[in-house]
Amino acid sequence: MAEQAHTPVETLALREQFDTAEQQKESSTFGMWVFLVTEVMFFGGMFLAYTVYRNTYPVVFGMASTSLNALIGALNTAVLLCSSFTMVMAVRAAQLGRRKVLIWFLILTLLLGLVFLGVKAYEWNEKFVEHHVPGMHFHFEGAAEQGPAQLFFSLYFAMTGLHALHMVVGAGILSWLLYHALRGRFTAEYMTPVDIAGLYWHFVDIIWVFLFPLLYLIDRHMR
Amino acid sequence: MNTAAIETQENYLNAGYGLKSWLLTKDHKRIAILYLITVTIFFFIGGIFASLIRIELLTPQGDLVSSDTYNKLFTMHGITMIFFFLIPSIPATLGNFFLPMMIGARDLAFPRVNLLSWYLLVIGGLFAIFAMLAGGVDTGWTFYTPYSTTYSNTWVIATALGIFVSGFSSILTGLNFIVTVHRMRAPGMTWFRMPLFVWSHYATALIQVLGTPVIAVTLVLVFCERAFHIGIFDPALGGDPVLFQHMFWFYSHPAVYIMVLPAMGVVSELISVYSRKPIFGYHFVAFSSMAIAVVGFLVWGHHLFVSTQSVYAGLVFSLLSYFVAVPSAVKVFNWTATLYKGSISFATPMLYAFGFIGLFTIGGLTGLFVASLGFDVHVTDTYFVVAHFHYVMVGGTIMAYMGGLHYWWPKMTGRMYPEAWARLSAVIIFVGFNLTFFPQFILGYMGMPRRYHFYPPEFQVLHVLSTAGASVLAVGYLLPMIYLLWSLRYGEVAGRNPWGATGLEWTTQSPPPVHNFDEIPVVTHEAYDYSTVVGEGVEVG
Amino acid sequence: MSENIDSVKTYTAVWLILLALTGITTAVAYVDLGAFSVVIALLIAAIKMLLVALFFMHMRHSTRLTQLAAAGAFLWLFIMMAFTLADVWTRGLVGTQGR
Repeated sequence: MAEQAHTPVETLALREQFDTAEQQKESSTFGMWVFLVTEVMFFGGMFLAYTVYRNTYPVVFGMASTSLNALIGALNTAVLLCSSFTMVMAVRAAQLGRRKVLIWFLILTLLLGLVFLGVKAYEWNEKFVEHHVPGMHFHFEGAAEQGPAQLFFSLYFAMTGLHALHMVVGAGILSWLLYHALRGRFTAEYMTPVDIAGLYWHFVDIIWVFLFPLLYLIDRHMR
Repeated sequence: MNTAAIETQENYLNAGYGLKSWLLTKDHKRIAILYLITVTIFFFIGGIFASLIRIELLTPQGDLVSSDTYNKLFTMHGITMIFFFLIPSIPATLGNFFLPMMIGARDLAFPRVNLLSWYLLVIGGLFAIFAMLAGGVDTGWTFYTPYSTTYSNTWVIATALGIFVSGFSSILTGLNFIVTVHRMRAPGMTWFRMPLFVWSHYATALIQVLGTPVIAVTLVLVFCERAFHIGIFDPALGGDPVLFQHMFWFYSHPAVYIMVLPAMGVVSELISVYSRKPIFGYHFVAFSSMAIAVVGFLVWGHHLFVSTQSVYAGLVFSLLSYFVAVPSAVKVFNWTATLYKGSISFATPMLYAFGFIGLFTIGGLTGLFVASLGFDVHVTDTYFVVAHFHYVMVGGTIMAYMGGLHYWWPKMTGRMYPEAWARLSAVIIFVGFNLTFFPQFILGYMGMPRRYHFYPPEFQVLHVLSTAGASVLAVGYLLPMIYLLWSLRYGEVAGRNPWGATGLEWTTQSPPPVHNFDEIPVVTHEAYDYSTVVGEGVEVG
Repeated sequence: MSENIDSVKTYTAVWLILLALTGITTAVAYVDLGAFSVVIALLIAAIKMLLVALFFMHMRHSTRLTQLAAAGAFLWLFIMMAFTLADVWTRGLVGTQGR
């Protein structure tokens, strides 16, 4: 929109509906937080279903959970936490106007995110091979009640799937940021897109922080 | 102001012609008009389903359509009316148009997101229409499992996708409104100087943002269960169909407040203008909107009274459902007090406002009837409930929508509607509505189940009355479609403030300029301060 | 906010604590704590969430409104869970069939 090269830096990219860059930045940031509120409720529905069923079928859920690889889950959690670190470093670089540093940290974050997704794909494949994918070919060794075991895995795939979808979108957003960072679009005065993309990325990480113990670490001490 | 002047005056309607200038607009006023056209089309579609239902119910036998088809008719009537008409109606048309103007802003905080919201509604609607044309869906708008996930052979996925997408339309609108109200108010426009219309839309936006994602994820789970056999609600696997009901109604109950709060906001504006008095108890009315939004999230279990929901939970939900009626009653009392010693005008919008107050009161009180666990056991899934929700949704929301449409018509279009025809239509609608739905209270109480298309012959008289009423109601709704369109070309040219109303939207020309205000106003007086208004005045005795 | 730019040290410290907590929560899972296992797990997850939110998402420096919004989200999640569980956990108490 208002991206003429000769306008003062602080009014660059100022949208018509806003009076000041400050108002625009505050509105954008607050807008992203409101969006994250909706995401809490969105994922929350699945967490509710999980809570109800874990409460109803605690033993089978424990058995099903221990069939997941906790070490891989933990390592993947670490990968995502590292990506949050690189993301906030990217935001910091943008705040300080350090374009090259910003670009490197965006690349790192993107790479770590892709590693996470790759590991996830591997895990899902394992589940497929073990016949733990719900549906016609489902069979869970060791559980008398197959139904509740299927419920666990239904929730596992639904929740990690939804999370992975959000990661893919996040990867897309990071790519977009990278593209614009390479073109020098962000400065210390205008780095709002990086800032709010960071909020989104951290939120997706927080979701995983809860998914990991709830899906991978039930009744581990028993096996 | 003569016709020639209005045609040369630059406003949001003539600033750019052509499809692209509308389909790629960022102007909240144009987006509001796009929404107006869209929701009107959906209202029409929903009305066709309603007509078929009422025609079928003229006779005790199921003779017009098969039972399966009838299931599809009431399902699609409900889905179209709720998700594609009622939920967007007031917020996305009147709210989009006037919320920014009322607070002295040039637009919403995120105009492109606003346009996206409209596209999402259209896309979602197209999915739903596709599903209807391809064979329909017969699960009831409530999609209860396991029928919707396992046994139904109809287009559940397409419909669920359509609702899912339109849900994001609603979420984004809510997000936009929240940020706008917090961050875009003009200097001097404090929270307690805002029109009550803005308060009610803010409260609505909170519900949209907090509630809609839950039905979105619920529909995702239904989709997963149907498409990938990832069964969360399948009882064969140990799943709990009542869990679906909890998740569904967690949104769908607050959804009814999404539908009625904006209507109450409209009514506050109308009662004030047409009594020429500030709303009595402004703070109470403002806070009551917030109270409805919050408490409205605590009552959803009253839809699960006859499910296997525990009796204790039922008791708690029943009690809370009584509490949620209180803020609504507060509004009704305050509106009434506003009328006292007011200079009452019986212009069309005021007729609709009166209609709202009377019919919403009946609907709301019968809501208390069904909120009582004991009583609900007898009337749940009967026409009593059907009558209750139509009284609040149609007698309430749609009346307020019509009132608001007429009230702001001169501002949006620069033309007055024909008052005589408009008043006639309002009366026809009121009569038709009551004739349609009052008999349904009796039918329900007598035991007529909902969603049935055949019934014992002793119910026929009441059904015939109801269908007769529906025909009258249809006429009542068709008339405004005709004369409002007529007024665009031949209506009397309207000035800046034909009603002598307060509010920043009335300080601009009619229709407003693209950027709303040449200079952002600095607000120095309270809301509804009639001493400051210089209106042209329209004599409507 | 550009005025409140946290130091590399702060971010690194938070990052390392997060990694440590991940290790702890995994290790603790293998200890038999009975019903407490899930409590500890959720507690650690909550601490990690707060660290990410306060430091990485700059909630320490954000407006009261933002903080209120975040709190509101969790309150609403809590409401949804609490009332649903209030049903699930009190079923069968009255002794009536199916209730």
